[in-house]
Amino acid sequence: MGIEQKLGNMGVVTTTLESAVNWSRTNAMWPMLFGLACCAIEMMSAQASHYDMSRFGMELMRPSPRQSDLMIVAGRVSKKMGPVLRRLYDQMPEPKWVIAMGDCASCGGVFNNYAIYQGVDEVVPVDVFVAGCPPRPEALIHGVLTVHEKVRGEKIKDQAEKYK
Amino acid sequence: MNKSLEPIVKVLQDAFGAALEEFREEAHLFLDPGQIVGALTMLREEHHFELLSAMTASDYWPQSSPRFHVIYQLTSLTHNLSLQLRVPVDGSNPKLPTASGVYKAAAWRERELLDMFGIEFEGHPDPRRILMPEDTEGHPLRKDFPLGYEEPQFSFNFDEIDLRKPYAKE
Repeated sequence: MGIEQKLGNMGVVTTTLESAVNWSRTNAMWPMLFGLACCAIEMMSAQASHYDMSRFGMELMRPSPRQSDLMIVAGRVSKKMGPVLRRLYDQMPEPKWVIAMGDCASCGGVFNNYAIYQGVDEVVPVDVFVAGCPPRPEALIHGVLTVHEKVRGEKIKDQAEKYK
Repeated sequence: MNKSLEPIVKVLQDAFGAALEEFREEAHLFLDPGQIVGALTMLREEHHFELLSAMTASDYWPQSSPRFHVIYQLTSLTHNLSLQLRVPVDGSNPKLPTASGVYKAAAWRERELLDMFGIEFEGHPDPRRILMPEDTEGHPLRKDFPLGYEEPQFSFNFDEIDLRKPYAKE
């Protein structure tokens, strides 16, 4: 049993363009390889065989922002790193999404001081915040799936408005 | 104090009138800003203190005169000795001559002190900030620099802080 046999039987599949586009976006959402602190270790283990994020079509961490769709800010962002982060975000092609992974990226965490951004939403627009210090791989995967949910609900009309 | 350090301390006391303070068997010598380069040169050239192993400052705010101590920690690899020189500086317009001509390592240390404490070093080859971004206001390690950057958000003050938060644009 597989999709081939079903297709063979049915001959044709009808769907809306919207759901086809959103389906393809969610199932090949490549995150950018960008670890800043200890959260990056959890991000790595989420990628590795034990948790295996590739089940959700996220097997490719791209080392270049130009090839990636999702930015996972894994760690605290210092005042000097902020402009770099923003530049990487600007280099990513549209459409793009951002996950603030962990407490530091979400709200500054324990680093309430002069050197660290109090939440990465001061630098880039964030779609999903993942709580935890650091979040377990399950939490990150849940965050990614939340982004997928958000993407599946997106309307082409809104996108067209946005990029007009 | 280490026995073999005593003659060196004696020489410095005679040459510069340096005050000696001992703390847990470590020798701290207090010098004036004008004397520091001479003392460092002498220690390096004549007493084999080859290494400036640390250079930092201490802020004694709200005390204003002297407000800072600039601290030079010297190590003699030849004789396995360690000596600390301290230079008290006033809080208004803290200035010192640069030691980067004597110890190359002092150049970046002095940039750090300029960045973190706002202590200027006259004659420094490259007086820029080293750690913080160029547009930072103030000097973070000064005691009168605000400690926290942002008030924690709770349910009672959430909206008020949220309004002030500089959210990024798309």
